Order: sequence, then structure tokens, then C-alpha cells
Amino acid sequence: MNHTHLELTGVGISFPTDKGLFCALQNVNLKIDKGEFVSLIGHSGCGKSTVLNIVAGLYQASTGGVILDGKEVNSPGPERAVVFQNHSLLPWLTCYQNIELAVQQVFKGRKGKAEMREWIEHNLNLVHMTHARDKRPSEISGGMKQRIGIGRALAMQPKVLLMDEPFGALDALTRAHLQDSLMEIHADLGNTVIMITHDVDEAVLLSDRIVMMSNGPSATVGDILKVDLARPRERMALAHDPRYHEYRAAVLEFLYQRQRRPAA
Amino acid sequence: MSNPAVAQPIKDTLKTARKAALAKRWLPALLLPVVGLLAFLLFWQLAAGSIDTSLGKFPGPAQAVSQFSSLVDEHIAEQRKADAFYQRQEARNAERLAKDPDAKVTVRPYTGKPTFFKQILTSLYTVMTGFAIASLIAIPLGIVCGLSRPIYNAINPLIQVFKPVSPLAWLPLVTMVVSAVYTSADPLFAKSFVTSALTVALCCLWPTVINTTVGVANMDKDLLNVSRVLSLSPLSHVRRIVLPAAIPMIFTGLRLSLATGWMVLIAAEMLAQNPGLGKFIWDEFQNGSSNSLGRIMVAVIVIGLIGFVLDRLMLALQRRVSWDKNADLR
Ligand SMILES: Nc1ncnc2c1ncn2[C@@H]1O[C@H](COP(=O)(O)OP(=O)(O)OP(=O)(O)O)[C@@H](O)[C@H]1O
Ligand SMILES: [Mg+2]
Repeated sequence: MNHTHLELTGVGISFPTDKGLFCALQNVNLKIDKGEFVSLIGHSGCGKSTVLNIVAGLYQASTGGVILDGKEVNSPGPERAVVFQNHSLLPWLTCYQNIELAVQQVFKGRKGKAEMREWIEHNLNLVHMTHARDKRPSEISGGMKQRIGIGRALAMQPKVLLMDEPFGALDALTRAHLQDSLMEIHADLGNTVIMITHDVDEAVLLSDRIVMMSNGPSATVGDILKVDLARPRERMALAHDPRYHEYRAAVLEFLYQRQRRPAA
Repeated sequence: MSNPAVAQPIKDTLKTARKAALAKRWLPALLLPVVGLLAFLLFWQLAAGSIDTSLGKFPGPAQAVSQFSSLVDEHIAEQRKADAFYQRQEARNAERLAKDPDAKVTVRPYTGKPTFFKQILTSLYTVMTGFAIASLIAIPLGIVCGLSRPIYNAINPLIQVFKPVSPLAWLPLVTMVVSAVYTSADPLFAKSFVTSALTVALCCLWPTVINTTVGVANMDKDLLNVSRVLSLSPLSHVRRIVLPAAIPMIFTGLRLSLATGWMVLIAAEMLAQNPGLGKFIWDEFQNGSSNSLGRIMVAVIVIGLIGFVLDRLMLALQRRVSWDKNADLR
């Protein structure tokens, strides 16, 4: 369990713009173990999504590279499932069919029809959405859409689950609820997770490590905070845990003292 | 735990309120078009009375109605004649067979003058054929153009140049090409039909190609990323992601195409003397009897109504297949 599962080495990327090359990331190094839950936190526009997209294979790094289980990543694939910031469900498919599309693609030839149906229903149940299986995305709430997005990603049985601010657009109550669900699922399945967040509490509550990114351009990993809180974690109990507040303060200090938001 | 003595009056009140609300919504929806129509008829009547042509007064609504009923009568009479013709032929053939069982009997089709309603059917059939040909070419072409920037850049100038070409410019070329290429002793379709349908198809292509291209090219980038993460094959990418995503725009294009095609067809039929409503109008114009203008007026209204119905049918189809139930389709 202690050998490196996912490794980013010297990752950098430049985008062509009107004013020449824009270097968004430079020399990003990160090693992640199997089953680890890692959060990426940093100011808006620093390059968090870009890192995630490079790991997903949606962007190609200009320098350096990503290695997953000894193989270089250079194209997207279902073993690195993505939960997109704005859910990205196919609006013409029902919840069930959205998950079905992913399951059919990943398990074709490996699971029979009945098995697939069972697996889809299992995943709907995992994100507590069985009741809305035949609804279209336009007929369900934002939080429900996000759940289906997570369900779809989990149903692909990915080696790595990549989440780009999965709860960013949700109200606090729904968000807390989904955070709890995510912790449960992570405890059950032991996926490796990389999650982007803006929310310090969320980062401390969920993560094994918090990767704090410096501001761009040429952003990189500023600091990494190991969160040594026992699991399962309980948000009410943590509220009285002094270590929780220490971690929180550390992240805040990084964001607001050391990486003060550049004056726009 | 409701008290029936209280619940019933409340229910009744609710019912009347709902009825009133319904009436409030439907009354203007029904009333206003009727008012518009009456105003138009009045204007038509007044205007018609004051226009003198070499073929007599311009026909008003009353003449149009009477011409319509005479067209119906003609159609029924023609139908009778055709029936009688077939009966006679059958009787003659039976007689001949009774005398000599080996006799070669031929069934000849009735060749009367096509009536107004026959011409309507011909036109509908032609426009549908042309539209179908155009759609079969335009949708795949639009998808390819939308998916591939280089192909789009290669084809777009051609589209932009051919799009504004009037059908009447195509017609002579299509006619000549069809008569040169479509030569068979026993053609499945009449040449005039093929010419009209192809002319319609040429003019129907562009709205669908352009709208499909736009629909595919402007697809939500996140949906593309979903497809890439799932590693869908190019074929299932098109079938499961691109095509459904572009359906609303494809239908916008199809509706424009069909409307264009219907307009083009009438003009083409008039110019080429190909059977259909256009020929009917042209024949009446050449005929120049005192009824002609009234009949042409009937044809004009029927052409409009058919165009309207075709569009409504496409709209109904669009509502059925479109996933975007919130879109205000009209
Ligand atoms: N395709 C692109 N072309 C050009 N520049 C880009 C592109 N994608 C990202 N960038 C630039 O790279 C930088 C990092 O963007 P990124 O989306 O990764 O930020 P982020 O940390 O995810 O921000 P947020 O928290 O607001 O989502 C930004 O300055 C952005 O303008
Ligand atoms: Mg982002």
C-alpha cells in the first residue's frame, strides 16, 4: 500500500494566447498512494483544474508527465473518472441511462446484461438516487445532479476518482450531506481520490493530505499538509478537536498570508 | 380527516375558479386569431371589389369559396369517369377472356386531366421526396463539418456560394442533366418528377447543413469531455453524444429546409410545367377564363395552408424527439 500509485513529475503546461505562451503550471511534483484522499486548494485561477485535467488526460502536459501504476498517462480513459464541476450529465438521458452509458462502455464484454443492471442500480443506491432513476437531469435538483455525476464516476470503478469542485455550487446543508456520503463511499471502496475545493473545512474534513497551490502564473505545489485525523471522521466531534482547528488555521494561513490573493 | 360538509363547497369553489382561469387563458388564444381572420376577410372583400383586371373583378372570399366547391365537383366527376373507364375496361377484358382464355388482356391506366386535388398530392409527394434526399445528405454532411474544423474550412465557402442561388437558376441545369443521365426505357419515376424533386433537394440542403454544423460545433465542451473520459469509439461518440446534442439545431434546420423546399417547388413547377400545384396555377393563368383568378386564389390559400401544416407536423415531430423539454418551441 505504500508504493506510489500516481505520480506527477515536473509537470508544466503553457497555453498559447494572443500575447504569446502563458505558462499556467510549472514543475508540479506530487506522489499519491493507493486509496489516498488528496485535496487541491488554492486561489481561483491558480491552475487547479488544469492539474486535474492533465491527470485526466484531457490536457497534455508541455513538460514532465503523469504516471499511473507504472504507465504514462497521455489520453483520457475510464480508469481516471472525472466528476465535473457542473455535473455534465447528458440531458437527453435519464439518471439511470447516464450511468448505463458509462457502465456499458467500461464493462462491455465483462458483465452480462443482468449484471450490468444490478451494478447500475447498486451505484444509484450508493448515491441515494434510486428514487429518481427515470428522471431527466432537467427534472432534478443541483445536488441530485451532482450525485448522479458521482454515481456515474463510481460506476466506472476507476483507479482514480478526479473531482473538480464537486460541491461548489451547492447549499451548505446539501453539501454536508454529500460530504458524508462521499466519506462513507471512500471508506467502503477505498478509491484514490483527488478533489479540488475552495472550502477549507471541506478539505480538512475529507482529506488525508491537502495540496496547497501557489498563485499563477507558473503555479506549483506550495505546501502539502498531512491531515492526521482518525477515520471515520464526524463533523460534530471534529468541531471540538483542537487538531482540526490547527489544520484549518494552517491552510488559512497559507492561503491568506503566504499566498495572498494578487491584487487584480 | 376532512369534514364533507365543508369540503364539498370548497371543492366546488375551486372547480369554478379553475374553469374561470381556463377560460381566461383560452379565450384570447381562440378569439384573437378569429378577429384577425375576420378583419382580413373584410379587407380582402373591400380590396377585391375595387380591383378590375382584364379577367374581370379580382375574386373576393365568396368567389374563392365557390371556385373551391367547383374544384371539388370537378374532382368527383373526374373520379366517376375514371371508375366508369375501369369498369368498362374490365368488362371488355372479361368478355374477351370468356371467348378465348389465352387472349392477351392489357389493363391501361386512365389518362384524364389531373384535377386540383391530384396536383396537390403530386406536389406533396415531390416536396417530400426532395426534402428526404436533402436531409439524407445534409445531416451527415453537417455533422462532419461540425466535428472537423479542416473539413468545415474546406466546404464552407462552397456552402456560402451555393446557398443564395435561386432554384430557378438550378432548374435548367437539373432538367438538362436529368434528361441526359436519367434514360431508361421504362422509368420508375417520371422525368418531370425527378427534376422537381432534385431542384427542391438542392435548395433544401443548405439550411439543414448550416444548422447541423452550428449545432455540432457549439456542443457543450463538457459533454465532449465526458465522451473522451469514457473513451467512446468515434461511431458511438457520434451516435450517443453528438447526434442527440445537435437534435434541436438539426430540427431548426429541417424546418427551414422544408419551408424553403415547398416555396421552391411551386416556382419550379410553374417554370418547368411539371405536374403539381405550380402547373395548376400556370394553366389557370394561361387559360384566362373568368374563373381563373378565383381558382388561383384557392390555390394560393391551399399552398399557404399546406406549408403551415407541414411546419406544424415538423414541430410536433421535434417536440416528440427533442430532449430539451424546456425550450419554447414555436
Ligand atoms: N485552455 C486554456 N487556454 C488558455 N488559458 C487557460 C486555459 N485553461 C486554463 N487557462 C489559464 O490557466 C490558469 C489556470 O486555470 P484553471 O482553470 O486551472 O484555474 P483554477 O485553479 O481551476 O480556477 P478556479 O478555482 O476558478 O476554477 C488561468 O489563468 C487560466 O486563464
Ligand atoms: Mg477550476
